Amino acid sequence: MNRILALIERDLRKFFRSPALMMVSMVFPLVQLVVLGYAFGGKIKNLKVGVVNQDHGLQTVKLREMFGAIAANAQTFTTVNYNDPKQAIHDLRNGRINAVINIPPNFSRDTLEQAAPKIALIEDNTDNFVASALMASLTQLVQDFNQPSVQPRVPGQVTLSVVELYPYVPYIQYLLAGSVALAIFVSAMIGGGIIYIDDKARGIHEGYLVTPITKFELIMGFTLSGALKAILAGLVLSTLGALLAGIPHPVDPVRIIRLFVVVVVTSLALISMMFLLMVRVSDPLVPRATFGVLNTLLFFPSGAVYPVNAFPPWMKVIARVDPFTYAVHAFKALFLKNTGFGAIAGDLLFLSVFTVIMMGAATLLFRRTL
Amino acid sequence: MAAIEVENLTKRFNGFTAVDALTFQVEEGEIFGLLGPNGAGKSTLIRMLTTLIPPTEGVALVNGFDVIRQPNQVRRCIGVIPQAMTSDLELTAVENMNIFAKLYGVPRERRARIVKELLEAVQLEKWADHPVKNLSGGMRRRLEIARGLVHEPKMFFLDEPTTGLDPTSRIAVWEMLMELKKRRDLTILLTTHYMDEADKLCDHIAIVDHGKLVALDSPMKLKASIPAASFLEVSFSTIPEGWTEILKQLPDAASVVEHDHIFRIASHNGPRTTIELVEAARRAGIVVSSLAVQSTTLDNVFTHYTGRQLRDELQEGKYDISFMYQRGGRS
Repeated sequence: MNRILALIERDLRKFFRSPALMMVSMVFPLVQLVVLGYAFGGKIKNLKVGVVNQDHGLQTVKLREMFGAIAANAQTFTTVNYNDPKQAIHDLRNGRINAVINIPPNFSRDTLEQAAPKIALIEDNTDNFVASALMASLTQLVQDFNQPSVQPRVPGQVTLSVVELYPYVPYIQYLLAGSVALAIFVSAMIGGGIIYIDDKARGIHEGYLVTPITKFELIMGFTLSGALKAILAGLVLSTLGALLAGIPHPVDPVRIIRLFVVVVVTSLALISMMFLLMVRVSDPLVPRATFGVLNTLLFFPSGAVYPVNAFPPWMKVIARVDPFTYAVHAFKALFLKNTGFGAIAGDLLFLSVFTVIMMGAATLLFRRTL
Repeated sequence: MAAIEVENLTKRFNGFTAVDALTFQVEEGEIFGLLGPNGAGKSTLIRMLTTLIPPTEGVALVNGFDVIRQPNQVRRCIGVIPQAMTSDLELTAVENMNIFAKLYGVPRERRARIVKELLEAVQLEKWADHPVKNLSGGMRRRLEIARGLVHEPKMFFLDEPTTGLDPTSRIAVWEMLMELKKRRDLTILLTTHYMDEADKLCDHIAIVDHGKLVALDSPMKLKASIPAASFLEVSFSTIPEGWTEILKQLPDAASVVEHDHIFRIASHNGPRTTIELVEAARRAGIVVSSLAVQSTTLDNVFTHYTGRQLRDELQEGKYDISFMYQRGGRS
């Protein structure tokens, strides 16, 4: 036990004397949380839409009032008037405006006669996000336009009443679970990958191997010291991230205890995976070269930034075996729903079994000699 | 009982034989030197003796323990200083030593005393609480030596302990090793490239080449075993036809080797051969551009047994040149 503690002591002393290392382990995921959270989380606003009105009838006045209401409230778009449709299309192609609404001649007459009136939305579909936002906004506008002025006393159409179980979740809160898992992964990658191989290459491990330390003590020492740093990063990110993202009741002690359990289990899973990947590696370039690939392969298919249900089948297979998926699911349950252990038991079980398998394989492959 | 007994020890890597059936003994309390060029198998041998790699064949007993069957007993009684400096730069000298004391299972009550004693022995007590990154190369090497002794081993293995150190630091390390050996009753096995180091420190020297033992004896006996007392290195303004044959006829000349227009003459009587050499050059009408005479060193022994010189040593001017004569012409 003393030998395991000696390895942990050495590693932690080095870690706490290297502010740059601590910053990289914790600040990178925090920066990613803030930047990605706000970059993807906001509503699209202030688009410019050209309006070519070829009708000028009474119904177009109603339409214009509705455009004005959107510009004043949701601020999704403002309108720019065009007399010449060709000029409007030219400006759309050159990026001066984001879309063109064409109100054809006789629109008002067709509307009153209920003769299939139409308006056209010509959009720049190279930007799917902008196109979707405009489409959604104008679809709603057209629906509202079609509503009769006087509502029937008892509506005959089916309406959908939506009940939200939880308060509104901004994207930064949705992303927080992934950022905490990422912080743990970065620590595991640095501690269990880069530093482990650098120490091996520098001959530090040779120094350990000539002492009477056992294979079990060495593996436990390497794993626990790496896991402790990952746990630290996970806890810092959970706390700071929750405050930054505006998670309700961020210091709820019961949730903090549950978070601690998930952080510990996730750290052990990721560090043991890293240990298995690096157990026979001796080239210091290898962990650095695999860092980006592993990050992409584990982080994005996990559902951290986008729901797994949207993935193609092959990516769903990755998600199913990816420890990130289960960590992210557990963190989301705790951050966004404040659930109990019942909702995350499956995640904890997967991560624990994963740790045992990874450690078992790494122990088999680990050599007590050079 | 010998401190180290090695019999037919062999190590093969994918068909390449790095250590080839070595057999030798190291007596208790002596400093035993392993000499050999790069790739001779010195480090492989040390790694087998310190349980870092398993031998392919043969037997090695360290302090009576078999390196294959009783590796943990071997590890408890040896201290090892590898070639690379492996102390943690961010930790202090004391912290580095404490970590290793814990790895060796030194009890807490003995730890502080031993660390203090060893830091004093290597004259680093003032630097005990400084991060290792602030120490010079020589100080770091001394710290590593102290670190290797933190569990009070009976045997000490040092792989090229002074490589990369300046001459002052090398001498400091030599003195320290002699003192530690005397005070702590250590048996030391070291590998080195430096012949003067082996000459100064070692009671016995084994010369290894291509994984084989080519010579083993005390430095004095090894020097006496080669057929020359002195060596002359000489160059000339021009080299006449058949000049090598003329040099071979010089009185007491044992052998003449020419390399890159420099003649290396082994002589049983250095002064007499030198005088005759200058006279022969005068008679041939050529000028002696440079001349160096040296008594037999371990370099000569090494060259004699391995058939090659450590060229990097020559470039660094580490030869014990007792007399140098230069006059005009090429230098």
